[in-house]
Amino acid sequence: MSVSRILLGLLEPHSQHGYVLRRRYDEWFGNSRPLKSAQVYATLGRLDRDGLIDLTGVASGVGPDRRVYAITEAGVGELDRWLDEPEVPEVTSSRRVLFAKVLIALSSGRPAEPMLDRQRHAHLDRMRELRAQRQAGDLLTQLDADFEMYHLDADLKWIDGAAARLARLAALVSRVDDAEKESR
Amino acid sequence: MTTQGSKMTLQGSDLAVRFGRTVALDGADVTISPGEIVAIMGPSGSGKSTLLHVLAGILRPAHGEVRLDAQRIDNLSDSRRSSLRLRSFGFVLQFGDLVPELSLRENVELPLRLLGRPRAEARRRGAELLGHLAVAELADRRPGQVSGGEAQRAAVARALAHKPSVIFADEPTGALDSVAGEVVLDALTGLARKEGSSVVMVTHEARVAAYADRTVFLRDGRVAA
Ligand SMILES: Nc1ncnc2c1ncn2[C@@H]1O[C@H](COP(=O)(O)OP(=O)(O)O)[C@@H](O)[C@H]1O
Ligand SMILES: [Mg+2]
Repeated sequence: MSVSRILLGLLEPHSQHGYVLRRRYDEWFGNSRPLKSAQVYATLGRLDRDGLIDLTGVASGVGPDRRVYAITEAGVGELDRWLDEPEVPEVTSSRRVLFAKVLIALSSGRPAEPMLDRQRHAHLDRMRELRAQRQAGDLLTQLDADFEMYHLDADLKWIDGAAARLARLAALVSRVDDAEKESR
Repeated sequence: MTTQGSKMTLQGSDLAVRFGRTVALDGADVTISPGEIVAIMGPSGSGKSTLLHVLAGILRPAHGEVRLDAQRIDNLSDSRRSSLRLRSFGFVLQFGDLVPELSLRENVELPLRLLGRPRAEARRRGAELLGHLAVAELADRRPGQVSGGEAQRAAVARALAHKPSVIFADEPTGALDSVAGEVVLDALTGLARKEGSSVVMVTHEARVAAYADRTVFLRDGRVAA
């Protein structure tokens, strides 16, 4: 995730200590991956160096998390740009591993169906977990769970589609194999 | 009282069903423990609805057996099977299977009335369920006078009315948008858990199956995994 842009956005309403930013970040987005404090200070340091935020003071107490930052005009510009620009519609590479596994299984002469069945159950298990979280959770938790559930749902549709075409896919993969043997 | 005593285990073993040349079930095994919520998934034509109908005693298998606890139900006479269905099972189908001439209230009270329970008891239980499903204020309307989601909530209430051992649902939210579907599923699974009824739910949607305790996946009339 674009941690630096998120911190920039959290800083916009008013100047803030690093630890307050981190607390807010974890509250909203930390479900999947809480921030380490070193990461917060490194990121704030970079934003400062790039002129997107300014160090405006140091609160009483010790340690780097006492530094107070404010967003600069350039920072507001960058935040606007980030928010206005649509994200590239793309699938994370980890999801493509599934596609690779199916092809490699078939091309190495292994059955892909049991693999897809196991994957389906793993996905359904995760969806059940998310469903339970959703039931118990507040609105933030619900939307966060929904986000993942809809993506898992899309994976499952792909799994069903692939499972229905395994015989054709196996034939295709073995034909490629035969053609290569002949050309040697 | 409406309390139905202990809940039962439903078990189908080595079930086979043929329709002419079509093999709809080909040695399917499934066990539903008391209070368990099980989703049945699988490609279109894999035998999901057929399995549901066989487990529910609507369809007789050509081979194999269905037991409710120790009792074999697949070989009972038609009339004994239908009275067992009325007593021990509840149903939620995809489309308005409520009686169109009756109000939602009368629909929900119907299973209890058919079982010969006193009118007052049926009233009380109907009102309680329509309240749980947030359609109490629509109780006097007919199914045609409410939205699809509201009718489906009444269907859930009707399925639960007599505290059945097992509730069978075939694509219970197939005709609803996702928000209306969630309300129906929250109610169905929430109340079934509370009252100890098992649920066997056919669905092709993973988001629906996620309400279940586990998923049985059918392929070509058999349990694949
Ligand atoms: N009443 C019937 N007459 C003839 N064929 C049927 C009948 N019911 C189901 N079938 C066939 O049996 C197979 C399984 O059907 P079904 O259980 O409805 O599948 P699913 O619910 O998984 O889509 C399909 O090939 C279907 O065409
Ligand atoms: Mg069906």
